[in-house]
Amino acid sequence: MIEVVDLSLNFGDLKVLKDISFTIDKGEKIAIIGPSGSGKSTLLRCLNFMEEPSSGSIFFEGTDIADSAVNLDLHRRDMGMVFQQFNLFNNKTVIENIMMAPLHIDLHNLRKLKRQNVFFKIRNIFSKDKKPLNEISSDKTRLKMEIRDNAMELLRRIGLEDKRDVYPSTLSGGEKQRIAIIRALAMNPKVMLFDEPTSSLDPEMVGEVLDLIRVLADDGMTMVIVTHEMGFAKEVATRILFMDDGRIAEDSPPDQMFSNPQNPRTKEFLSKVKAL
Amino acid sequence: MRISLKEDMMGSFGIKFERFWRVFYEYNGYVRVLEGLRNTVTIAVFGLIIGVLIGTAIAAVEVSPKKSIFSRVLNKICVFYVALFRGTPIVVQLLVTYYVVLPLIGINMSPVNVCILVFGFNSGAYVSEIMRGGILSVDPGQMEAGRAVGLSYGVTMIKVVVPQAVKNILPTIGNEFIALIKETSVVSFVGALDLYVAFNFIGTNNYEFMVPYLVMALIYIILVMFISLLIKTMERSLRRSDRSSRP
Ligand SMILES: Nc1ncnc2c1ncn2[C@@H]1O[C@H](COP(=O)(O)OP(=O)(O)OP(=O)(O)O)[C@@H](O)[C@H]1O
Ligand SMILES: [Mg+2]
Repeated sequence: MIEVVDLSLNFGDLKVLKDISFTIDKGEKIAIIGPSGSGKSTLLRCLNFMEEPSSGSIFFEGTDIADSAVNLDLHRRDMGMVFQQFNLFNNKTVIENIMMAPLHIDLHNLRKLKRQNVFFKIRNIFSKDKKPLNEISSDKTRLKMEIRDNAMELLRRIGLEDKRDVYPSTLSGGEKQRIAIIRALAMNPKVMLFDEPTSSLDPEMVGEVLDLIRVLADDGMTMVIVTHEMGFAKEVATRILFMDDGRIAEDSPPDQMFSNPQNPRTKEFLSKVKAL
Repeated sequence: MRISLKEDMMGSFGIKFERFWRVFYEYNGYVRVLEGLRNTVTIAVFGLIIGVLIGTAIAAVEVSPKKSIFSRVLNKICVFYVALFRGTPIVVQLLVTYYVVLPLIGINMSPVNVCILVFGFNSGAYVSEIMRGGILSVDPGQMEAGRAVGLSYGVTMIKVVVPQAVKNILPTIGNEFIALIKETSVVSFVGALDLYVAFNFIGTNNYEFMVPYLVMALIYIILVMFISLLIKTMERSLRRSDRSSRP
């Protein structure tokens, strides 16, 4: 599904990612662990091109997204991203946060079809071979209602439907992050990317967010999670990547990674984490 | 028998005021004053609207990642624009626009409309700097989140970042509006009727300028105080909408 080939990224003179290659299959749950500054976030952000690689390719379902002809906005709709700092839109209510992207995109497409039809109509007057008009099956209010229903359904799933009309500043960290997750889900992404989704949460809220991610995992969602929660990684991940100094130092299933690490750096890191 | 200097002043002030009042009220001077007031406010309001639109556009260009040649050229144009309008006096801009640029391109425009345009363009240069500060004060995570759900740079800017930036800079925009109100006192250079022209007319009729200019100053003060109050109210209601749910 995703294939990363010889990916490198420099910030000025600093080489943050060095010749990284790996693949992610559909349905896999990949956890990325490693010491601070090893390039975990940068690698994750490369996958949806929030960071532009210096060299290398990233294939998503066969197309190289580093190709300048690829519409990145379209690509990003297939990849939900969840940030450490939640990043809910502060000037939008909860439901607006969830509805914003789908609504904008659907309305944009609707307008495009309508514009095309106008063009076709004018063209059909002058030309012999009549082009059929685009069928427009929905209108603005219908679209809006469908998207709202979907958003409400997602909110119900996390039990926060009563928070529909409040602004993010009134929510707890755990609520914010769960809403950030369903905001990403509202786009029906094929992959979810999580960058330390629980790192800025108070301890008592970590559980509710991990539970939601677990549910997604059980539903078969393909996901990549950068995390410091080793227990969670061990439980949910199908594969763990250990990053060190801009490289993937080890890539193995959780059992092996935790019970029998091959790389000395992995051993050192895991023993430190356990000591905590 | 001696009359004190003060009494003499007061006495003559009374007479001056009576003469002012006659022209102001009985000879319809107030019609001009009202028209001047309307022009002043019109020029400032529409000038500010144009200024905010231009300023926001410039700021958005200036803070955008300059990857393509197109965006770099656009950025250079914006830098030049700001330098041009900040580097010359507004009176010069008015005169050059009214007597040089518009005749050259053959457009006929009323003085008030010219003033709206020039004040808008001028204010755009100042607002762009304010707005850039405002945009930079918004958490970069907001832009990232917008891009991550597949919205374009422009859409995220307009729907997410700029509204938050505007809230941050509302007091400064208010000051810009007040500055505009005050600066409009030069519009008579291109023949627009404003408060100055109106009161000058009354003064010229009476050969007496003390009272008319005093009243003019008072009107400016009241206008500015009223606007300050308006901005404060707006700020407060915005802050409230941030904290609680919508009704
Ligand atoms: N925009 C940037 N400009 C310059 N350097 C950067 C930038 N972003 C990250 N870096 C550097 O790249 C390196 C890797 O950063 P990255 O955030 O990917 O690490 P990380 O593994 O996610 O660490 P952490 O566990 O602390 O989140 C760090 O040395 C960081 O300072
Ligand atoms: Mg990180």
